[in-house]
Amino acid sequence: MQKAERRINYKRRRSIREFLYILPFLILVALFSYFPLYGWIYAFHDYQPPFPISSETFVGFKWFNFIISNPTRVKDILRVLRNTFAMSGISLLFSWFPMIFAVFLNEIRCKPYRKFVQTATTLPNFISWVLVFSIAFNVFSSTGAVNVVLQDLGLISKPIAFLKSSDHVWFRMWLWLTWKNAGWAAIMYLAAIAGIDEQMIEAAKVDGATRMQIIWKITIPSILPTFFVIVMLNIASFLNNGMEQYYVFQNAFNKEYIEVLDLYVYNIATSGTGNYPLSTAISILKSVVSVALLAGANGISKLIRGEGFI
Amino acid sequence: MTVHAQQAKRHIKRSFSDQLINVLTYIVYALFAFVCLYPFYYLIINSISANDLSERGKVLFWPQNIHFTNYKNLAGIPGLPDAALMSVLRTVVGTALTVIIAAFLGYMFTRQSLWKRKLWYRFVAVTMYFNAGVIPWYLAMKTLGMTNNFWGYIFPTIIQPFYIILCKTYCESVPQALQDAAEIDGAGTLRVFFSIMLPVIKPILATIAIFAAVNQWNAFQDTLLLMRDKKLYTLQFVLYQYINQASSLKAIISSGSTTTNMAAVLATAATATSIRMTVTVVVVIPVMLIYPFFQRFFTKGIMIGAVKG
Repeated sequence: MQKAERRINYKRRRSIREFLYILPFLILVALFSYFPLYGWIYAFHDYQPPFPISSETFVGFKWFNFIISNPTRVKDILRVLRNTFAMSGISLLFSWFPMIFAVFLNEIRCKPYRKFVQTATTLPNFISWVLVFSIAFNVFSSTGAVNVVLQDLGLISKPIAFLKSSDHVWFRMWLWLTWKNAGWAAIMYLAAIAGIDEQMIEAAKVDGATRMQIIWKITIPSILPTFFVIVMLNIASFLNNGMEQYYVFQNAFNKEYIEVLDLYVYNIATSGTGNYPLSTAISILKSVVSVALLAGANGISKLIRGEGFI
Repeated sequence: MTVHAQQAKRHIKRSFSDQLINVLTYIVYALFAFVCLYPFYYLIINSISANDLSERGKVLFWPQNIHFTNYKNLAGIPGLPDAALMSVLRTVVGTALTVIIAAFLGYMFTRQSLWKRKLWYRFVAVTMYFNAGVIPWYLAMKTLGMTNNFWGYIFPTIIQPFYIILCKTYCESVPQALQDAAEIDGAGTLRVFFSIMLPVIKPILATIAIFAAVNQWNAFQDTLLLMRDKKLYTLQFVLYQYINQASSLKAIISSGSTTTNMAAVLATAATATSIRMTVTVVVVIPVMLIYPFFQRFFTKGIMIGAVKG
């Protein structure tokens, strides 16, 4: 009897002790992931950085109304939304590219060559956006490789200012994104392709299927579920372009087209007088829409595939 | 026409289209590889070529008049060695802590005996899906004393739910009998972790370490938001300044070269271009050097992004 009691006691003590082991880390999570949410109250105050907020600075939904009532602000927001939708839209529209990239890469029979291509195209994924920008700056500057070669070939008479222009900003940003990510994104598809049953392909070959037929009828249908998940994840993060890429590439010439929501939220807080409450209000709205998109995409996934991705 | 002849004809036709696809894929992928590699090659050959030639964009295919002055000069640029030290320091400290925390929490979340295990696991995992926004985050970090403080690079980054989930999944695949045996022999929770689990889950820790290290090395935004003190700038941030603020480079160049315009001097004198290119190469090189080693972790690594919470 006593023995059993002691064992229960021991178990309880151990379970509490184990909790104490992880407690410091839980506190870190609370401080660094949950505590920033408390900052959302700044969206409801007239907050000017050195002065603390109080009941007197409380303004309710003033800043939320400001977004839709101030004409210049409305214009700004619409412009930023247009950019966000354009950049995310282009990415979504071309989300098949890594899949096709993987499919045809897999068709290369010479293994060393395939490995080489894979290595080369994955490398850009591991450098930062600052480095991507530095590369862009050096290769596309007026004395960079691209302009020099184009001039030597006589295709252009004077250097093109690639980075200091507002032409095709959305598409060029997509190109940089693809340059950086496509090889990496293809790896997931390559893994999926590796999982296809060899016998199915052999059987198709015996029946006289051409390579294109095998690709269309076997390879691509087999990896469509992976593609579907990627598309759903893209939809879920439609508003979250991140700011780093656009921050490093932005300048006075392309600002009109490059400012996406994430960058805008940063810019209005840091430029000029610095509007913290407005920036926070937009962050909140963005979060709400993002959560809805995530839930929606997950719901669609559940409906079609029978399981979600959260 | 016999059946055989028909079959042969079809076979020839098929192999012709197959051959065409073959040739096309080889060419197209060669182009892809070139586009991805050439920029790196371009920067490297330019950083070791005569500076007056690279300034005019004359170095395209191979290095010309090779010299390494650019690299020697870097050590003398004010702030640059400090930034390098800062980058290395945050990478080493940040990676070590990220990995050990992911391993420990991943393991602890598999312990059935842990009080309210599921609740705490969700408490950590759900943080993947929300984000307060730049400004609320910044204000919180300021309150916590993370601005202008080296730990601002570390504390906000070391608890990564993705990695913890990955470790948890890996720990779950380790036979329970292994832990039970150790516990019967009198090992406590921590002892089991350090002596039994840690060695067993090494493969997944290697994957996490590499991805955490690359992330730390590449981090830029936290410097931008949190750090005003120049001593805390990282290489990424300094490089960004060199590109975007021409004035920061001019000061360095004018202080270095008050000499005559002799050709030999021109070839090695620092220019804005030479400094930018050389620094870029220096920041890229560590990633390129460890790159071959972590290629085999790729498939595992991409699963980090695809794992189910």
